[in-house]
Amino acid sequence: MGYPHKPHEKETVVLSEYFGDAEARSYDGWTKRGGYKALKTVLEMGPSDVIEIVKASGLRGRGGAGFPTGLKWSFMPKEKSKPHYLCCNADESEPGTFKDREIMRWTPHALIEGCAIAQYAIQAEITYIYIRGEFTGPLRVMQSALDEAYERGALGPDAMGSGKRLDMYIHRAAGAYICGEETAMMNSIEGRRGNPRIKPPFPAAAGVFGMPTTINNVETLAAVPHIINRGPEWYKSLCLGNERSVGTKLFSVCGHVQRPGNYEVTMGFPLGELIDDMCGGVPSGRTLKACIPGGSSVPILNKEETESCILDYEGCVEKGTMLGSGGVIVFDDSADMVYQVMRLARFYAHESCGQCTQCREGTAWTVRIMERILAGQGEMKDLDLLLDLSHQMTGTTICVLSDSCAAPVESGIKKFRDEFEAYIVGSREPIMAAAG
Amino acid sequence: MAQQDLVTLTIEGVEVSVPKGTMIIEAAKQAGIIIPHYCYHPGLPIAGVCRMCLVEVEGAPKLAIACATDVADGLIVNVFNDDALAARRSVLEFLLINHPLDCPICDQAGECELQDYVFQEGRSGTRYEDYAKRFSPVEDFGGDVLYVPNRCILCTRCVRFMDDVAQEDVLNVSERGDRAFIGIHPDKDLGHEWAGNVVDLCPVGSLISKDFLHKARVWELDKTPSVCTGCSQGCNINVDTRENVVVRLRPRVNLEVNRYFMCDTGRLHYRWMNRGDRIEAPLVSQGGDLTATDWDHALAEAAQLVRGSGGRAIALVSANASNEALFLTKQLLADLEVTAAFRVPRVEGEVPLVGVPGLALREERAANAAGAEALGYKEDFDGALRAANGASLVVVVDDDLNGVSEEQLSGAANLIYLGTLLPDVARRASVVLPIANVVEEDGTLTNRDRRVQRYLQAKAAPGMARPAWWVLSELVRELGRGEVCASAAEVFAALADAEEPFHGMSYDNLGFAGRAMAAAGMSV
Repeated sequence: MGYPHKPHEKETVVLSEYFGDAEARSYDGWTKRGGYKALKTVLEMGPSDVIEIVKASGLRGRGGAGFPTGLKWSFMPKEKSKPHYLCCNADESEPGTFKDREIMRWTPHALIEGCAIAQYAIQAEITYIYIRGEFTGPLRVMQSALDEAYERGALGPDAMGSGKRLDMYIHRAAGAYICGEETAMMNSIEGRRGNPRIKPPFPAAAGVFGMPTTINNVETLAAVPHIINRGPEWYKSLCLGNERSVGTKLFSVCGHVQRPGNYEVTMGFPLGELIDDMCGGVPSGRTLKACIPGGSSVPILNKEETESCILDYEGCVEKGTMLGSGGVIVFDDSADMVYQVMRLARFYAHESCGQCTQCREGTAWTVRIMERILAGQGEMKDLDLLLDLSHQMTGTTICVLSDSCAAPVESGIKKFRDEFEAYIVGSREPIMAAAG
Repeated sequence: MAQQDLVTLTIEGVEVSVPKGTMIIEAAKQAGIIIPHYCYHPGLPIAGVCRMCLVEVEGAPKLAIACATDVADGLIVNVFNDDALAARRSVLEFLLINHPLDCPICDQAGECELQDYVFQEGRSGTRYEDYAKRFSPVEDFGGDVLYVPNRCILCTRCVRFMDDVAQEDVLNVSERGDRAFIGIHPDKDLGHEWAGNVVDLCPVGSLISKDFLHKARVWELDKTPSVCTGCSQGCNINVDTRENVVVRLRPRVNLEVNRYFMCDTGRLHYRWMNRGDRIEAPLVSQGGDLTATDWDHALAEAAQLVRGSGGRAIALVSANASNEALFLTKQLLADLEVTAAFRVPRVEGEVPLVGVPGLALREERAANAAGAEALGYKEDFDGALRAANGASLVVVVDDDLNGVSEEQLSGAANLIYLGTLLPDVARRASVVLPIANVVEEDGTLTNRDRRVQRYLQAKAAPGMARPAWWVLSELVRELGRGEVCASAAEVFAALADAEEPFHGMSYDNLGFAGRAMAAAGMSV
């Protein structure tokens, strides 16, 4: 549901059914709503059967990359020679994204159950739920739900009375965006500096503490109990034509819309309808100018692209962007795209871990050029320079933070070049002070 | 060796076969190509952060870092194609936006990898115009190390050395993004015995030696391969001289001995090599006073003394003297009943470099004790000194006679002293022969693992001082006991011929890495 708004008729409510329903947070409340049935079922199956069900459902990673979840699980060694780990990535920090926060706030047991099922499927001894440091509220909810799950025997040495052991810990992050990158997160869990690692080795071979590890996003894991309960065919049937992108997806809509919030729709839903029908469109008297559909890291869409974009993995790629985390940022005609791009670049410059040269120096340099343009001191050649820097910051570093800074800059200049030029030629008043 | 363990790939059109698991950056060396790099160092764990070694691997979706990409059969690697060059040019430009162009006052200039690669493949100008560079003041990291953060490119070699090789967590990367810098533990410093290596490891002038600060421009230096005489480890070093003065010692790679490293004790122990108070002329005793003379006269006098001696003779030799000098001393006294001894200064407590097994600053602070033993000398200096009473001849080779009293030597009929300095007790010698120190001659030393290693002459000896092997070989010839040797190599050839543990060795086959003696226990 479009919490905090009333559910919209065009939504397909699965994950968000109990958003706003405080009773669903407790163990009893959750079991009354069908909770922990899936876990009980799963614990009577073989781990590889669980993986097959998830494979068959077509579920793909909701953290941004869209990798098939069942396939990812199947990469874990079949023959156990070392401890296995599951990490739940709850370090939701992507500007414009706030879906995992709501899952944790309202349906903590859905996530715990999803984690437990995944943990069993990949034969992991331990699950770490890595929660963003600033999420103090969701952390409290999650911790008390976890304590309750242990107390009630859903987890622990005899999970659901199955005789099987499932252990789970919440790891509170310290507030670095980069720790949402899965290998940086593993370093952080180990107590090291949160720098992304070079791959290979991939986590399934050597992850947290050097052991086979699977990392899944909150929304991905929360969907798993539903798949177990209702069957993979049901999940697959949640489809609007593209069979490669199925199921429901939460979109966090913010920016210039009348009703910002989380909306759950079937994959393949049109972006234009999401903005206009569900969110009430841009404020009255305004017109849509641009949209970032998948969190701040993905290329910006202009009005035409936004209105024709289909919200699934392939539909976004077709428009030259990505579905990403589903953080939809909407800009109306009052938005200063040059300033918006500068703000995004500034975020990445601030959050870069600084280990790779292009990212450390490139993000900061990009910000300086953007600030200079906004101070009315830019030159035309700065635009080519920005594009060249962005090109060199793409695909050349350990992780994609550098690419994420480049994407809005490149697409911003390509699609809104006249706004950049207006600052340069002086037809728009500077809005920043010149740098000292 | 097994064929199946080798993979064959093509790098810049050159086919190379390397063991499975080799990284492209190492394989490229076999093709004669150094792929530009900063964070990579063969003695450290791989970081993959500088992104300088980006190369094209045909068929891969994007450029790959050569330092962390495994070789595979049939791989085609292009180092100098347009995309790879553009990527590396871009890395160089990024590195330079905050790097001061203070090369004229930077000690690293001339051996700076940033300078080198910018010259090789960088842009001629920057596009980072009109912005201030990052600034942080110079910091004293303790030990011999200064940190100049402005020049730092955050390759993290120093951090990885301290964490993984020295295994003392003193350094880290503090802050993040373009505010990042190398941080130091608030209660520790780089006083660690092996910490000076971070200066060598630093590819730019960010970590610099206080000892070498502003001492010379490195292109003015002559570099000579040598062996450290600080202890029995025998670390391979380069002696850097400027105008005949030793200005610094740096480790020279030898994977069998010291890998890429040397300790600070060895590194900073070089000032004695430049001492000005040297014996510069042969001296002979005339009426109780030592008088300068020429070599012919002094050698004739010394030979006469040896010839005239009978019965017991004592050889007191330095455990830092070359194998060659020790061999010839034996030959010189071959007709006499000889007590030959050396002594080894000891400092309690080894200081290992934990991450490199078998490498430590050793307790025995002498470089050739194993060689002396292999040649039949005993570590019984005091016993030999006692035996000097009543001996017909005492020959001292390069021992400084520190702690030896006049009375202990006065019981001997004659004293021949070969040395670099003239201690008071040596003034009663009949003949004093000035010799070169270790950086002024060629020779070999045998380390504690019985590895025989060559060192080369790095500077000229003062005045008329000559290498000990030359002095001794002239004496041996005067006595008619052997051919004159024209070089240290010839002495060593004779030594290898005569002495079992050295059989089969020559300067040629020792090369610059040395060779271990076949088996222990064949001599002594």
